[in-house]
Amino acid sequence: MKWLANFFTSSIGRKFIMSLTGIFLILFLIVHLIGNLQLLSSDGGRAFNEYTEFMSTNALIQTIAKGNYVFILAHAIIGIMLYFKNKAAKGSKYAVAAKNDTSWASKNMAILGGIIFAFILMHMGHFWLKFKTNSGVSYVDYGDGQIIDAYASVVTVMSNPIWMACYIIGLIVLAFHLWHGFASAFQTLGLRHKKYTPIIEGVGKIYAIVVPLGFAILPLYIFFTQS
Amino acid sequence: MKINLKVWRQKNNNTKGHFENHTVEATEHMSFLEMMDVLNEQLIQEKKDPVAFEHDCREGICGACSMVINGRPHGPQQGTTTCQLHMRKFNDGDTIAVEPYRAKAFPVVKDLVVDRSAFDRIIQAGGYVSVNTGGAPDGNAIPIEKDTALEAFDAAACIGCGACAAACPNGSAMLFTSAKVAHLGKLPQGEVEETSRARKMVAQMDKEGFGFCSNIRACEVECPKEISVNNIAYLNRAFLTASIGKE
Repeated sequence: MKWLANFFTSSIGRKFIMSLTGIFLILFLIVHLIGNLQLLSSDGGRAFNEYTEFMSTNALIQTIAKGNYVFILAHAIIGIMLYFKNKAAKGSKYAVAAKNDTSWASKNMAILGGIIFAFILMHMGHFWLKFKTNSGVSYVDYGDGQIIDAYASVVTVMSNPIWMACYIIGLIVLAFHLWHGFASAFQTLGLRHKKYTPIIEGVGKIYAIVVPLGFAILPLYIFFTQS
Repeated sequence: MKINLKVWRQKNNNTKGHFENHTVEATEHMSFLEMMDVLNEQLIQEKKDPVAFEHDCREGICGACSMVINGRPHGPQQGTTTCQLHMRKFNDGDTIAVEPYRAKAFPVVKDLVVDRSAFDRIIQAGGYVSVNTGGAPDGNAIPIEKDTALEAFDAAACIGCGACAAACPNGSAMLFTSAKVAHLGKLPQGEVEETSRARKMVAQMDKEGFGFCSNIRACEVECPKEISVNNIAYLNRAFLTASIGKE
């Protein structure tokens, strides 16, 4: 098993973990967005509440959710390790900053990632923690017994202009992180090809804009229609 | 033309460095190194210590010249070494900051000279093809597809100057290492040892204290030989195959 240790302690091995966990989180974002878009349906939140109930009781979903936490933590911890390793490897900076054709996001992935991690904590504090500890949660009954009124919790948070702004800022940061991260994940896996790389890069940039924008519509919509 | 230079002076790796201001009267036909020669002539006339910098062929093929000009290794001109950069790329009265390469694995020897032997050790780890000596084989004995030969040749254009690691905000040597692995591995003679080569060269690169590649691509932008990051993907692939897929 020495090969495994050698691989995961090597520079490329660690980047490999960053890449795979990153791709998983990219896929997670899509599923999360599609589910959340039900917030837009004008049924007083019934679709969203039933969806939330399904997601929090389904065994398969809950198993994947546990994996999701592990991947987020792995992505964050290895990211922090890489940040310090790279800082040490650079040593001192140049007196004059180079004006060259590199993207701002690519050079600030650690900072962007740190903000996203704080955003995730805030987000989980707003919903996950409250649902788990049963604090400040209301219930609704659509005929199949009482379920958590997740929609009401969302409205409560998003009606607060400060929280709403925090969500928008978090999503802008996410967009920058994805702008570099999407294509970078494929490059790290060695998946680079004359035919496919332009497609990966194009899809990555569209994804980096469309997905955060899709999420951003939700707090804005709720803020302006419910408060 | 009058050039105001901010030159980095540092006695050795154990002392702290600082910038020193000088004014040089240059002509636009001079190469950047010739302008530095003029500065050193001045300093010698004034009985001062001339600025130490590396140079050899002065025709852009040896990789000896280094220095970071206004934050860019080899200066502002795309695909050009410092020796091939001419003063006509600057304006009269410009202030130019000249620094040594900055990367932990390239310790400063003096002024603008850094120790790049880390690259030599990466090459020694696996950047070669083992051959039995004997008569020179016929050049066209092994047919190689044109595109493959071109890709190998593009990677082989790397002069090992270290601009990639110097330009990288992470101090990563991935472009250099990958160019060497791709240049050898794409050809039939070098393909034989690719697995061990990728493993050994990456291990040595990590040992030297270079940073991890995060695909910023500053290396590709600054490389005087315009080596592509396609090679980095090639190395990632070769290393993953060597580590996971092979015994």
